Amino acid sequence: MSETITAPGDAPARVPGKPGGRRRPPRGRKVLPYLLLLPALIAELAIHVIPMLVGAWMSLLHLTQFFIRNWTAAPYGGLTNYRVAMDLNGPVGKDLLHSFFVTVAVTVLVVSGAWLFGLAGSVLLDRPFRGRGALRTLFLVPYALPVFTAVITWRFMFQRDNGMVNTVLSDELHIQHGHPFWLLGGNSFAALVIINIWRLWPFAFLTLTAGLQSIPGDLHEAAAIDGAGFLRRLRSVTLPLLRPVNRVLLLVLFLWTFNDFNTAYILFDLPPTSADVISIHIYNASFITWNFGLGSAMSVLLLAFLLVVTLGYLGTGRLRRRYA
Amino acid sequence: MKARGIAALAASAMLAAGLAACGSGGDNKSSPKTLTYWASNQGRSIQQDQQVLGPELKKFEAKTGIKVKLEVIGWPDLLNRILAATSSGQGPDVVNVGNTWSASLQATGAFQAFDDATIAKVGGKAKFIPSTLTSAGAPGKPPAFVPIYGLAYGLFYNKKLFADAGIKPPQTWQDLVTDAKKLTVPAKKQYGVGMLGASYTEGSHFAFMFGAQNGAKLFDGGQPGFDSPQMVAGVKQYVNLLAGDKVVDPTDAEYVNDSDLLKDFAKGRFGMMMIQSYATAGIQENGMKASEFGVVPIPVLNPLPAGGRKVSSHVAGINIGVFKNTKNKDGALKLVDFLTSPDEQKILNGTFGDLPVVPEAYNDPKFQTPEIQTFKDVLANSAETLPMIPQEAQFETLVGNTVKQLIADAASGKTVDDQAIKNQLTAANKKMQSGG
Repeated sequence: MSETITAPGDAPARVPGKPGGRRRPPRGRKVLPYLLLLPALIAELAIHVIPMLVGAWMSLLHLTQFFIRNWTAAPYGGLTNYRVAMDLNGPVGKDLLHSFFVTVAVTVLVVSGAWLFGLAGSVLLDRPFRGRGALRTLFLVPYALPVFTAVITWRFMFQRDNGMVNTVLSDELHIQHGHPFWLLGGNSFAALVIINIWRLWPFAFLTLTAGLQSIPGDLHEAAAIDGAGFLRRLRSVTLPLLRPVNRVLLLVLFLWTFNDFNTAYILFDLPPTSADVISIHIYNASFITWNFGLGSAMSVLLLAFLLVVTLGYLGTGRLRRRYA
Repeated sequence: MKARGIAALAASAMLAAGLAACGSGGDNKSSPKTLTYWASNQGRSIQQDQQVLGPELKKFEAKTGIKVKLEVIGWPDLLNRILAATSSGQGPDVVNVGNTWSASLQATGAFQAFDDATIAKVGGKAKFIPSTLTSAGAPGKPPAFVPIYGLAYGLFYNKKLFADAGIKPPQTWQDLVTDAKKLTVPAKKQYGVGMLGASYTEGSHFAFMFGAQNGAKLFDGGQPGFDSPQMVAGVKQYVNLLAGDKVVDPTDAEYVNDSDLLKDFAKGRFGMMMIQSYATAGIQENGMKASEFGVVPIPVLNPLPAGGRKVSSHVAGINIGVFKNTKNKDGALKLVDFLTSPDEQKILNGTFGDLPVVPEAYNDPKFQTPEIQTFKDVLANSAETLPMIPQEAQFETLVGNTVKQLIADAASGKTVDDQAIKNQLTAANKKMQSGG
């Protein structure tokens, strides 16, 4: 469920041509761009639009094991699946809502954590010094590692008996008593958040580093001459000029975290209740009761939520820009 | 202008080529001379399965000229992979399934039924031990699968730890708990019982087994009864080893693969484990001699509660089936026939530590050990078939995951009493009802 996000507000401003003086373009020029767009359009239809419509249709069916082989034969169920998914007194709806809140909490913590780490890293590495290149490369390692390798390593580190986390915290530093579980129970939430921040912050770092390159050095100089300290310059020069970058960055981080399936799946197989993120919850809801219509209904609800958030987010940005 | 025309032409040509490439991509997957075989994980690791099956499949190729592409799939993924293959129609030709899933998978209609004509091609009904065919599909229908490996649960115990504690293998469940307490010395990191706490399949099997000892019926006329008082008592009997009796190392709640448990058993970190017959091979691979451990049937409650049944295993095992979508049905059936032939049964079951499903294979001395005799007795006297109904697989995932969750709760110090068990099982029951 990855959507291609194009921010309408961020399209480059059209360069105004000379009015009137231009000849009508020849016919070939008019057709060619569309022809070149055609493959992308077909791919978009095949990869995004059609599966989405199929998913929406499936959510209206009683698609169980008796029909998955030929699911056009599945009986039409109307909105039953939605009723089950949204019935907050039933176990299915209650679990879905719980999973939604867990996902929101994970997302808020991960997005803010990754962004803060990324900002700190990029600002501190903005001035040239010896070894800066090496540090920048080092910071990108978590982003370059394949997700499976990285998360399996974390899984070993979080194991109760022989894991490195417990060895360091309990046996070396004596910060905690005994060996708590990290992959079961309440701590699993913390484990998931930590790994996700670790995986995502290099991307924030990379994007913000690129954003910082475009801030002219004389602005900082001028502010410094005016007596602004480091924090003041950060607040009044750096952050306002990074705003366009941040807008896109935060949205992308939000969508990636909210939809992330791999991390929790590799870490837990089936996550404990306190780390039951929604993408896996829906997957399990489909496979555990073999009711794929219900799973689709949950997916459609999730899609609707993400669409509302994204449009709302982009919409407010646009308004602010217009009336600024 | 001309250049642009050429560009447009080139663009559309590339597009067409791309589409053509897409179209032909999936076709040559199962040409008549190759078969794809999804095998379940029977050995201690997927690599070992590949090493064991590889040479046998080469023999098959030498005999028939059919090349077999083997993929060994771990238990946590197998059912989902089969379901995905069923819904997409893009699957293997031949597949292993947990025999308890037979009726559920049969209901999808994706598998070639072994009616009289078909089963004749793999050696006929009489080739197989009759009890193994009871878990091959819903009663009254031609089986959707045939058995390939037979399995049963047993209680494995460490002879040295038992001798040191001055105890004998338990005869009743109550004895097992008392013995386990004697063996448990947390300071020495030694415990009474080891369990695969994070494995949902194991959780569901024990819920069934101990539920049956308490008189539970999983389904009544298709209606799930997961939260009956008898089921609560059964689940408690298992979970309480960790929750109340504290004879299990809480770390076991993280264990999902046999390898963890077998290693601990071979090292003497616990005295007993309830596991299926295949463990015999894995224990020895972990460095424990055959003379150092013993197997007895899992003891049952004594006296049995009202309505309770003497069940110490389900009729466990692995079945093999043929996808209807195969382009080479005859070849696929030949492979099934080959893998269930007495010679192959001796080799495969001997290596994996499973029980042959054809009587002739038992002539081999390696199947005349006391352990194998114990498992044969269990299957003959105290094993019950899991309900062969379409909803069975949902029972395994729902109740199995509930048990897994309860074990995790107990391990992390939460109270797991009758009420907690009942609440979780009721939720599973409701999910089953709203899911169907």
